[in-house]
Amino acid sequence: MSTKYTNEHEWIRIEGDVGTIGITSYAQEQLGDVVFVEVPAVGRKVAKGESVAVVESVKAASDIYAPITGEVVESNAALADSPGDVNAEPTGKGWFFKIKFSNKAELDGLMDDAAYDAFVKSLG
Amino acid sequence: MVESLDRSQGRAGAPATAGSSTPATFTGNRALQIEEPLIFEMGQPGRCGVDLPEPPKVKDRLNGLRRNGEIGLPGLSEPQVVQHYTRLSQKNYAIDMGVYPLGSCTMKHNPRINEKVARLAGIGDLHPLQPVSTVQGALELIDSLAHWLKTLTGMPAVAMSPAAGAHGEMCGMMAIAAALEAKGERAKRRIVLAPESAHGTNPATAAALGFTVKPIPANARGRVDLAALKSALGPEVAAIMLTNPNTCGLFESEIIEISKAVHEAGAYFYCDGANFNAIVGRVRPGDLGVDCMHINLHKTFSTPHGGGGPGAGPVVLSAALAPYAPYPWIVKQGDAWTVAEDGAKVDGKPLGRLKAFHGQMGMFTRALAYIMSHGADGLKQAAEDAVLSANYVMAALKDVMTPAFEGPCMHEALFDDSFLKDTGVSTLDFAKAMIDEGYHPMTMYFPLVVHGAMLVEPTESQAKEDLDLFIAAMRSLTERAKSGTAAEDFKAAPRYSPRRRLDETLAARKPILRWRPSNSPPGGDPMRQAAE
Repeated sequence: MSTKYTNEHEWIRIEGDVGTIGITSYAQEQLGDVVFVEVPAVGRKVAKGESVAVVESVKAASDIYAPITGEVVESNAALADSPGDVNAEPTGKGWFFKIKFSNKAELDGLMDDAAYDAFVKSLG
Repeated sequence: MVESLDRSQGRAGAPATAGSSTPATFTGNRALQIEEPLIFEMGQPGRCGVDLPEPPKVKDRLNGLRRNGEIGLPGLSEPQVVQHYTRLSQKNYAIDMGVYPLGSCTMKHNPRINEKVARLAGIGDLHPLQPVSTVQGALELIDSLAHWLKTLTGMPAVAMSPAAGAHGEMCGMMAIAAALEAKGERAKRRIVLAPESAHGTNPATAAALGFTVKPIPANARGRVDLAALKSALGPEVAAIMLTNPNTCGLFESEIIEISKAVHEAGAYFYCDGANFNAIVGRVRPGDLGVDCMHINLHKTFSTPHGGGGPGAGPVVLSAALAPYAPYPWIVKQGDAWTVAEDGAKVDGKPLGRLKAFHGQMGMFTRALAYIMSHGADGLKQAAEDAVLSANYVMAALKDVMTPAFEGPCMHEALFDDSFLKDTGVSTLDFAKAMIDEGYHPMTMYFPLVVHGAMLVEPTESQAKEDLDLFIAAMRSLTERAKSGTAAEDFKAAPRYSPRRRLDETLAARKPILRWRPSNSPPGGDPMRQAAE
């Protein structure tokens, strides 16, 4: 199990051929209180970089992009009623969706923990 | 200690108090600050402001489908209604009260001559279903306004009917879609490019028409990154939607190169005209290669908006898109004005009809009054003064606040929140504190490309001394925020508004969209019909 990060401030936790995706603590902090989350339907085929979910806060609405190509195998339906989970536990209960992927090499360009920490620091 | 009446009506958010040093009043009112109930909480059953005659006896043809619940309307006398709404209006902040620096909204003064003209009996009392022969002057008025909008933008055609900015965007993008369809390219060109700083309505319009939106990044100067744009262009791109001046308050200096590149790639250039006020009389969008642009009459041409609407969003069109302009068209046949309605034979292939009747006649009248009363020199000066005011504010605040980009701005000054770093005060807190100082806050957290954005658009309407007071108030707030000891004060703002800070998060997460009587069970519906 390992976790990677995109420069759009999403995390993907890899277990076997399934990745769980959410937004980072930094991202939820920047967004402020999350008030609405739209997650993709299970079974949807998504391409890396495709906009697949929406997160809306009191400040802004943002797209969430698929960090890897594959099929959505699970979505966090609980976020519809408790979008605040994204603020409270961005890497736990606040996960968005899970993708079953076939080409793990697509993750090669993503950041690991140390690289992402440095990236966030560089943003001031 | 006076014991106050409980007039909270069970609603969230305590009435504002200026702190323990201010004694409570018996009524809960504070001079003109009246604790106002909802109109549904007022009145008595059976009371009525008008004396209606007894209804005639009629045969019941409802077949038993008779309402047997309360209709739920309050019984009120005319003075009660007048007083209620007057008291509510006193809680409102309006253009007519002072500086209203809401960026990207152009909250400029609405000259009273516009109102006078719009109320002339021959204009104000018209009905859209009157015979065309009786509204010749009104049709000529629409045509005159159309002429001036085309002249000011340097564009050959205009669709007058769209109801406001986003509706105008829809009209323009439908014209682009129709033009692509005619070339057999609609299926192939699926992508619409929009800068990251775009108004939210731009991508929304494109998406609503089935296009895929692709964001274009900004460069370090706050303008469209030309290289990124060029690499995004291709045979799949239908159009670019661009605001100029953009939402960072900056003129897109490479606009000619942008429009050339867009056209060379076979795509169209939609310009969002929301910020046209900055360039009227100075720049003609037609000269920049624009294919279509909506004009917010309620911004640039001083017709009421922000609760005083309705808006109006005519769309000027290039020769390439003009054939697709929607009905109705105003046409002159000999000496007579006529209206080309759906199905009428006109040159072109109108994309249909977007709105009932002819558009917002009242707004057309006000906009034309504004144009005619200002003249070419006045319109140009208004644009120049709007830009001058914004630069004055920017120059007077740039040593204490942090401008988002270097150099002079156009009609709005954009700051980021780095001057608030480590103060514990956020953009939101700062905006709320402005309310206590008697100002409507600027636009905040938009555009999204700037961290904690504060977008100040003073418009040309304010006298220098009013801007000076606004600047002094902003400087004072900035100083307090930076003192390091005022974070709690800022978090507690606003103190003097009818309500203290409302819980925006809760309102968004668990909105209560309907008032219900306090004795009605949740889910109970006093308006329910007895059809069951």
